[in-house]
Amino acid sequence: MDNTKILLVDDEQGFVDTMGKRLAKRNLQVQSALSGEEALEALKKGANPDVVILDVKMPGKDGIQTLRDIKGAYPLVEVIMLTGHATVESAIEGMRLGAYDYLMKPCDMDVLLAKVSEAYAKKKSHEEKIMQAQLKEITSRRV
Amino acid sequence: MDRFPDHEKYYRFLRRNIILIVVLVSLTPMVILTGIILYRYHETYYRLSVSHLEQVVEKHRSQIDTFLYDKLADIELLGSWFTFDQLSVEPVLENKLQEMQAKFSGVFVDLGVIDESGVQLAYAGPFKLTKANYAQADWFKKAIQSDTFISDVFLGIRGLPHFIVAVKHTWQGRQWLLRATIDFVAFNSLVENIHIGKTGLAFILNSKGELQTHTRFSSPIPNRVVRDILDYESPSEEISVFQRSSESGNDTLYIAAPLKEGEWILVYQQEVDDFFSGLASTRNTAILIFAIACVFIISAAVLISSRMVRRIERVDREKEMMNEQVIEAGKLASLGELAAGIAHEINNPVAIMVEEAGWIEDLLQEEEFKEGENLDEFQRALRQIRTQGSRCKDITHKLLSFARRTDPAKHDVSVNELVTEVVSLSEQRARYANVAMSVNLTDDLPPVSVSPSELQQVLLNLINNALDAMDPAGGKLEITSRPEDGYIVIDVADTGPGIPQANLQRIFDPFYTTKPVGKGTGLGLSICYGIIKKMNGEISVNSAAGIGATFHVKIPLKDGTDANGRDDTTSAR
Repeated sequence: MDNTKILLVDDEQGFVDTMGKRLAKRNLQVQSALSGEEALEALKKGANPDVVILDVKMPGKDGIQTLRDIKGAYPLVEVIMLTGHATVESAIEGMRLGAYDYLMKPCDMDVLLAKVSEAYAKKKSHEEKIMQAQLKEITSRRV
Repeated sequence: MDRFPDHEKYYRFLRRNIILIVVLVSLTPMVILTGIILYRYHETYYRLSVSHLEQVVEKHRSQIDTFLYDKLADIELLGSWFTFDQLSVEPVLENKLQEMQAKFSGVFVDLGVIDESGVQLAYAGPFKLTKANYAQADWFKKAIQSDTFISDVFLGIRGLPHFIVAVKHTWQGRQWLLRATIDFVAFNSLVENIHIGKTGLAFILNSKGELQTHTRFSSPIPNRVVRDILDYESPSEEISVFQRSSESGNDTLYIAAPLKEGEWILVYQQEVDDFFSGLASTRNTAILIFAIACVFIISAAVLISSRMVRRIERVDREKEMMNEQVIEAGKLASLGELAAGIAHEINNPVAIMVEEAGWIEDLLQEEEFKEGENLDEFQRALRQIRTQGSRCKDITHKLLSFARRTDPAKHDVSVNELVTEVVSLSEQRARYANVAMSVNLTDDLPPVSVSPSELQQVLLNLINNALDAMDPAGGKLEITSRPEDGYIVIDVADTGPGIPQANLQRIFDPFYTTKPVGKGTGLGLSICYGIIKKMNGEISVNSAAGIGATFHVKIPLKDGTDANGRDDTTSAR
């Protein structure tokens, strides 16, 4: 759980800053983006987060579109959707599109951490499987 | 309506107008029709009656004329069968008189033979008139001039009203008259007996206007009437008809017919009112019916207009109410949207606030603060901030769900399926609350036409309320479904602490909640109430403190479905 890489995506600067600080205090590595485009930029530049915490309602490219793009380019990255109440349907849609879960704002820190940890665990286990498969593939090659 | 700021005046104006128009439109043709018909009837009646009277008068006239000329013919015959010599002998005359009296039952009073100088040479009759000299008498002078003569009625020597029928003969170069007297009474009765109606009578005038008969009522004929009769008299044999008002003021109808080749006039008179008596009764009947009809029409007009205006009043009122409702609904809708917008907007700043408080809480974990005097206070205050922030979240969420329109599209929904689905959604939570959920669903319930998401919301709300009431002590939650009287009833029964009597009335009120601060907003049941009412159903609750609560949700079946779930509309064909 320590050093889990988080990418925070939300258009509210205040939220992003404070959340970032709190997560950092809990020994997570936090990067932030203020829009969908910024998030994808960061990913392209090699941010490589484990879990993306993504706000559903953003101006410009909204959460769902950003999710699609992330899942399209970086399918192993887990995404947790954050939503104000009116956008619960979008969050559910997001889950259908591959998001790990959704939370309602304002969120309880402990709940968020629990979800992040689960998402991280899932990602790690998946990466493990890939590595295992690669090893197997190498070792079963005929020389 | 703008002319009448006061509604009352407007309705009174309307009512009065309607009454006026209805009455006018109904009465005008009636009046015209009645008038025309009565007038024509009057005219026809008059014509026919007059024509009838003319015929009567004509009949009488010929009767009288016949009478007169018959008598004349008899005398003529007598005079031509016997000579002057023979008849001048009194006994012979007597004999002849008796014969004639026997034959004609006393019409002839006497007979006389008069020579050309006016001396009555022979007389047979009741009076002593032998040797009477008529040389100066008017009638003699006229009679000796013409071959036949009928005199006017006069008193004569005998002093009694009578008239003479005389025939002139010549014998041996000398003229002589055979004269007979006609009984006045017999003659008079011919005319006196003519009466029709109450005031109808007849009389005969001579060409000078002198009465020749007695009238029934023996009142004198006004002079001007006599003059008029004489004026009207035409030389021809025609009957004339005219009207005059008598001295008593009554209009009188006169019919005059010439007699005796114009020397006399048979006059029939009758008061016009009497003449038209038959007409009067008809006219009165018509007027009575007309009056009754008027009364009916007017009362009908008043009644109808009252009813119409009252209905208009009611419709106007309803329209106003509906307008208000529409405005209200519009306001509500825009309020709802506004609220939704605000609620959503508030979430973000509240979230930030809560995060900042949380951040301060995190920082307070640092060493530097461990010994601070106010550490506990800081932490309490920050917890409070978080609690209130969470409460804001609850409120805005509930507000948003209140304002947000759930998909209202109706589908055919199987109630049992929906209940099963919702129960499975709640199972997890029920387990954590130590509540045993069970269902008891009647098989083959007919489908209802509702919005599935709305019904879901209601059921979930009721279940969550029950779970909240029983958490963590636990209990039982049973959901049943059954048909009843054209409805499907869903009961949600829990074994929780129940709802005291005093609160039962208010549980469906908005913002009414018994949950501790921060745990509920009180909107849940009022939303449920609204949804069920919109479905034309009913939601109610039975409960008492300590016994638990059972909520009953009644949803009407689709129109045309009977209790057994068969579609009624097909059987109607």
